[in-house]
Amino acid sequence: MTFRVALLVIAVSAFQAASAQGATMTLAESITAGSAFSIQSTGSGNAVLYIVGLGQVVRRDVRLGEAVNFPAGTLYNAGRYLIVLATANGSESRAFNVVPAGQPVALSFLAKPSRLPVRLHDGITGAVYVFDPYQNLITQPTPVLFEISTGSGTAQTRKVLTRDGAAWTAMDSTAREGAARFVAQLDGVSSTRVIQQVPGDPCGLKMTARQVGPKLVLETDPVRDCSGNIVFDGTIVTFTETYNGGESTVDVPLKRGVARVEMPAYSDARISVASGVVMGNEIRWRGR
Amino acid sequence: MRCLTIICLLCVATSSFAADDPEVHIEPSHLQGPRVLEKQTEAAAIRDYLQAWHSLRSALAESRSELLDASFIGDARDKLAATIVEQDKLGIRTRYQDRAHDLQVVFYSPEGLSIQIVDRIDYDVQILDHDKVITTQRLNVRYIAVLTPSEVRWRVRILQGQAN
Repeated sequence: MTFRVALLVIAVSAFQAASAQGATMTLAESITAGSAFSIQSTGSGNAVLYIVGLGQVVRRDVRLGEAVNFPAGTLYNAGRYLIVLATANGSESRAFNVVPAGQPVALSFLAKPSRLPVRLHDGITGAVYVFDPYQNLITQPTPVLFEISTGSGTAQTRKVLTRDGAAWTAMDSTAREGAARFVAQLDGVSSTRVIQQVPGDPCGLKMTARQVGPKLVLETDPVRDCSGNIVFDGTIVTFTETYNGGESTVDVPLKRGVARVEMPAYSDARISVASGVVMGNEIRWRGR
Repeated sequence: MRCLTIICLLCVATSSFAADDPEVHIEPSHLQGPRVLEKQTEAAAIRDYLQAWHSLRSALAESRSELLDASFIGDARDKLAATIVEQDKLGIRTRYQDRAHDLQVVFYSPEGLSIQIVDRIDYDVQILDHDKVITTQRLNVRYIAVLTPSEVRWRVRILQGQAN
């Protein structure tokens, strides 16, 4: 009796082995991250199905000949995966792709600088990486719209197609000082950075002089950059007075856009004004 | 005798996953972006990227996610660490052996905070279920890696493969 049972077990095992040996599987070349999928196998008997990638690992006991269904959300990390159907007598392997879900939901937006002078050509740069709901990099070319706007409205827009999930742009700072919004957007997803635009260097300097007692009061007109923005307070303006072979120099910070100083009123003195590399007018003081 | 043969075969299979240095071929950079990539920066990024593969190999083979910390950051680190937890739970181990890298730097972002590398890589992957080798397969995969600078090195923030 025992001998008969043993024979039967051997016969069943041999049959299962023979069946499993020819096991094959059918599945799509690629699936979309997060979507449901199924794998159809042939043959009969039991097997173990492995799905292995750097992003995920799945192991499932299966019956050959039946479809193995994986619900949505099973595989969500994009990448190249190896699928292995292992039976008692060997295994069959195939590679397949999990591709990013098409819908972008997130942008990684790198923008620089956070502060720069007005009217700087290609002064603002931005780079984006585009991601799907599972934080997979969307590698299909995707149009990204970059936009810089100020309080007075949109200044510049630029549309750029991503390559391998990345896109970049360089844009000019606007003519007006103040905060600018630098936005990267696509398909309803957007990311914003605020860029502070500050006045540029003084564009012209003009001073006037008047005598008050033994002194000369020197005062500039409001100092502006080439776009008409008042230059920052604290910017240094240098007054130089040359007289009878002598010279006096005074550095004065701008206060409310104006530099003001008192210097001795020498007859026939020559007075000049400058800020950085910008020279202003010159006054020859003949006295009154 | 047969037992000895099997043991020898297992040893060969295991030793083929010893830490052989992969062949590395670096294509000239084909950069999009205005920023010039200095040779030293490129060399450092590639060195750190290859080191990341070394860390990845050890972390997955030994199921130790802390081995990822030096080379990976952000989503790349989180996803690999989750894979290690998953395979541990299932009793699976995976051994990766990168055989050849064909690398090209394709993007250096204008502010210098990210470098993108495309790597056509040949690697073997061995799957073990409760220490039994299930299969060993060679794959040829195109990886996109995005690296960002950290204190002393570039770390991999995105690592994503697709069919080559």
